[in-house]
Amino acid sequence: MAEQTLPTNEWPANGGPADLIAPGRKRLGFALMAAATLGLLAVIALQILYKSEVTTLGFESWQPVVYAYVLWGVALGAGQVLTRGEDGQRALFLLPALLFTIAMVIFPTLFGFYIALTDWNLSSFAGRRFNGLDNFWQMLGDPYYRNALFNMVLYVLAVAVEYVIAFGLALLLNAQIRARKFFRVVFLLPLMLSPVAVSWMIGKSLMEYRFGPAATLARHLGWDNPAFFSDPIIARIAIMVLDAWTFIPFMMIMLLAGLQAMSREVLEAARVDGANAWQTFWQVTFPLMLPVSVTALILRIIFKLKLADIIITVTSGGPGGATDSVSSFIYREYRDRSNVGYGTMLAMAYLVIIVVFVTWLLKFANRFVRNVN
Amino acid sequence: MSVQTTEYVASEIRSPASFLASRVFIYGALAFWAFICLFPIYWTITTSFKTAVDVTQGHLIPFVDFQPDWKGWRSLGLSPDSIFQTSTVREEFLKRFMNSVITSVGASSLAIVIGSLAAYGLTRYRYHFAWFKNEDISFFFLSQLILPPVVLALPFLVLYREVGLLDTRVGLILLYTLMVLPIVIWIMRDQFNSIPVELEEAALVDGLSIWGAFFRIVMPIALPGMVAAFILAMVLCWNEYFFAALLTSTDAKTIPVMVASQTGSQGINWWSMAALATAAIAPLAVIGIALERYLIMGMTAGAVK
Repeated sequence: MAEQTLPTNEWPANGGPADLIAPGRKRLGFALMAAATLGLLAVIALQILYKSEVTTLGFESWQPVVYAYVLWGVALGAGQVLTRGEDGQRALFLLPALLFTIAMVIFPTLFGFYIALTDWNLSSFAGRRFNGLDNFWQMLGDPYYRNALFNMVLYVLAVAVEYVIAFGLALLLNAQIRARKFFRVVFLLPLMLSPVAVSWMIGKSLMEYRFGPAATLARHLGWDNPAFFSDPIIARIAIMVLDAWTFIPFMMIMLLAGLQAMSREVLEAARVDGANAWQTFWQVTFPLMLPVSVTALILRIIFKLKLADIIITVTSGGPGGATDSVSSFIYREYRDRSNVGYGTMLAMAYLVIIVVFVTWLLKFANRFVRNVN
Repeated sequence: MSVQTTEYVASEIRSPASFLASRVFIYGALAFWAFICLFPIYWTITTSFKTAVDVTQGHLIPFVDFQPDWKGWRSLGLSPDSIFQTSTVREEFLKRFMNSVITSVGASSLAIVIGSLAAYGLTRYRYHFAWFKNEDISFFFLSQLILPPVVLALPFLVLYREVGLLDTRVGLILLYTLMVLPIVIWIMRDQFNSIPVELEEAALVDGLSIWGAFFRIVMPIALPGMVAAFILAMVLCWNEYFFAALLTSTDAKTIPVMVASQTGSQGINWWSMAALATAAIAPLAVIGIALERYLIMGMTAGAVK
């Protein structure tokens, strides 16, 4: 079983035949891998039988299966080295990360797809019941989920504004200024703060209706009723501002690196040709920065699609679900209603949507960068 | 020709007035954004020394507007007069703090170890894993980045309960490792690509094994990159809230969960919330300021070719 999935590889530098391996050592390796595989399968089978109450012999929890998997991984690695010598040693670099990721992603995701097809509420006694696509049909008619998806579109669009600000800040930091390091550290600081702490620091105290300095300032500026989180549109903007505050430094640093990597000669040439600062920016700097910009934007959008912490802690989706992101909506679906089956269906649908979206985005960005250059 | 060139250059030298204007604009904008970045932090730190009256009247400057008071820190058990007395809040806080330290350091270390190995293998050797080639394996690792936590959260809740990892630090460490692994691999791949292959070839000729060459030749050179990846992973793990909120309840709760739970239950107990928020952000702010160079190195890895 195991030997069919072995990675085979070549070392480009010394492509000759691998070192000679004694047949006995090879046999030992295969035997080890076979024994480990059988052992793992046996533990799994035993546990399944025990849990389905066919046998009385077994373990209370599935934890032994985890240990068995780890042991199997170790045996697989040892078997690689025994049977394939240096090739096996090379495979050993990749094996831990691969086994870890497969165990942590593939299995839970498949399990998630199964849960999504069940009616399962942790607070009811009925337990798990397979109900096919019922959750899916319920999802299609759920106005709150649609609203959360729509909000995600708005939140992702807000990245454009963040990008403009981040680019401006990167240009400022790249200008001939004193104390550049000081400003860079200060501008980077918000990124290192925990979103939950930021939610309190800004969302719940600075923007607090009665005593918050932001509300006081807004009153001085003529806004009589500075309630940041009671009007749906203002609440959305407030969430965007909070999120932007933490994440603008991320794009700023990447753009700054791009600006610093740009050759001085190109800019000099533009200046010699008589371009003013505005023309230089649009005709030289901006096009040259396009690849970095695209990378920064895509990474930022990927992070934005996970937006949840701030919404959960500041508004809990309110007022009336107006600020909900998909993640925060599903979070409450689980936390408040214990609706595991339906919540998982929503999460899986979201996963499909963003995989399609990000794939399209990557293709589009690739073509865009190639066309412009 | 040369005359013309100097003419253009001469026209570019701006008048002192416009030079001054641009300076004023640049420093004005810098100061404005520095204010935006620093004011919330300043506000939080000062609020932790305020009493109720100072909060409601919007006093801002300590010693001028209001007399600082240890009230917020006393409620955490961390003020000078209460630090030697027993305090349940402090014990709770220290427990959460240690949970955060252990999970973020543990997850970052694990991710650095397996991530560096994988990144090294992917940059140096060619693998065929069934029909997957190197590019596919790299893509598989990096694509984990788009997986939103909410997709994994519910299956993991169920699975962790089955394997007895719910509400344990080990469970969180495994999940956080998964979360930062793509970033670590991304950074380390960039690092190893910048190290010339000839170094290892020379080492192999000198009789070192493949792993010997990795540990004795490549690792010392790639160490700054590893530090950068470690710091970035630390920041992400320390601030993580979503998984911690769903998968921990009493034992393994981390600092962000504690901060979030306080906001709900206590209403506006500003001074103690401010003290808690300050204590929660302080370690990372210190690390970030001290090791800013590595953070930037980690974030810009692979962005600029």
